[in-house]
Amino acid sequence: MTTQEHNPVINQGSTVDTPDGLLPVGHTLPEGEALLSVRNLKKVYYTDGGDIEAVRNLTFDLPKGELTCLVGPSGSGKTTLLKAISGLLEPTAGEVKLAGKLVTDPPKSMAVVFQEYGRSLYPWMRVRENVELPLKVQRMDKARRDQLVDEALEAVGLDHVPRSYPWQLSGGMQQRVAIARAVAYQPEVLLMDEPFAAVDAQTRADLEDLVRSVWQKLGVTVLFVTHDIDESVYLGERVIILSSSPTVIQQDIKIDLPTERDQLTTRSSQRFSELRHHVYEQIQLAKEGFRPDAAKAQA
Amino acid sequence: MRYLKNFVHIVGLPIILILAWVLWSSQSTSFFVPTWEQMGNAFANTWTWPRLMSDVFPSVLRLIVGIILSIVIGIVVGLLVGSFRWLRQLMEPTMEFFRAIPPTVLIPVFMLLIGIGDDMKIAVIILGAVWPILLNTIEGVRSMDEVLSDTSHTYRIDGFARIRYLILPSAMPQIMAGIRQSLSIALILMVISEMFASSAGLGYTIIQFQRSFAIPEMWSGIVVLGLIGVIMSFIFQLVERNVLKWYHGQREMENAG
Repeated sequence: MTTQEHNPVINQGSTVDTPDGLLPVGHTLPEGEALLSVRNLKKVYYTDGGDIEAVRNLTFDLPKGELTCLVGPSGSGKTTLLKAISGLLEPTAGEVKLAGKLVTDPPKSMAVVFQEYGRSLYPWMRVRENVELPLKVQRMDKARRDQLVDEALEAVGLDHVPRSYPWQLSGGMQQRVAIARAVAYQPEVLLMDEPFAAVDAQTRADLEDLVRSVWQKLGVTVLFVTHDIDESVYLGERVIILSSSPTVIQQDIKIDLPTERDQLTTRSSQRFSELRHHVYEQIQLAKEGFRPDAAKAQA
Repeated sequence: MRYLKNFVHIVGLPIILILAWVLWSSQSTSFFVPTWEQMGNAFANTWTWPRLMSDVFPSVLRLIVGIILSIVIGIVVGLLVGSFRWLRQLMEPTMEFFRAIPPTVLIPVFMLLIGIGDDMKIAVIILGAVWPILLNTIEGVRSMDEVLSDTSHTYRIDGFARIRYLILPSAMPQIMAGIRQSLSIALILMVISEMFASSAGLGYTIIQFQRSFAIPEMWSGIVVLGLIGVIMSFIFQLVERNVLKWYHGQREMENAG
């Protein structure tokens, strides 16, 4: 499993500027360096109306501690991919490995934050109980549990509402609860499936900064799935652009923005707009039906 | 002020009905419609402490046992059947068959098989009251939110914890709706189960009064049944409001927003 060859054909897909830091598509890390490995992942849904190939072939690695964004046009199989990675969905072919172990069921060291915060929190439990439950089920002792829950609630800025029910809170705050639950769970990998797609723009900016700060504080590996181009560039250390369905990787970019990011200065920087421009172009290509695999075949 | 208004709303109609009945019955010359004084006397003389001890409390006890067992059986079987698709397919035709049989026609059979004691009467109550709870539990388990189920799965909330923290609470609104239906069925069956081969009980007493043309006493027995129904529904509402506080709160928020 050494580095596969850089594929020049695919890079021609970007018509205008090619930013520095373009990573070879489908490149892999040497064995042992990757925390999460996805290899030749394929998912076909067999339905009465015919087979639907949601994900064709995906190969990528996440090194430990990286914050990677997966961005793709709508309907590009992002959620399917995420479910396969988290062990909720069995892939048709290929494999997912977490720390060298094949993922067949949701692993203990992984937490997932879903888009539908209203449906991922237990409405019959108070905020604190929601955050605490996964730890309680693990039979963690009460003192340690309380400490983790307190820290997590404080980290997301919700230490003042532990007695509320989730549905008494605004959408943004509910998603904070879901993030707190993930944080308290102490995962090595945090998967986020378009977590801010359903919250308003201002709340969203705050939540983006929250994700950055949680990532920096905890050193957790984050895979953040989004359809929002700005969000992917602002958040990620690396952006993987997916093609339209059936999904393959269209491009893999290193985001060379400074580690300390700020909604005002980062977003108005020259580099941010270059990267944003580039990702935007790629997504437009994907929407028009550009197929990296077809381009590769033609060459 | 608000409490006073609520109170008036709750007791208003019963008071009007009682007044209307008092006025109407005092003119009565019919043998089957006793005057309110006759009724009052009959009620006070009939439902004395010894009678409550011998006929009412045993009936109510059987009712309570029948309801509790119906709830336990309904929920446990419902959780199982709702969780496994194959079990559902296996059980569905059979359940429809047994559900369609009125429990009352089985009383003679039960008398032969189980005898004429409390067991038989409780069995009759369960056989009628279990269905709404069972079917509602199955439906509640099946209509589990997929995202919530996935979330629980990713946090490895499995096995017994999954039932306790996820499946049971999420099916609770439907289970409660089932229990509400079962309560009235159980009350009806309690009365009917005492009409055959019985020598005590509320149902038996009312039938006896009827057969001996003790009309005011018969009516007073029917009033007692109604009162038991009101008390049951009141207790149910108290429990329901507590258990489903989150559900009603959430619904209110959704409607407001």
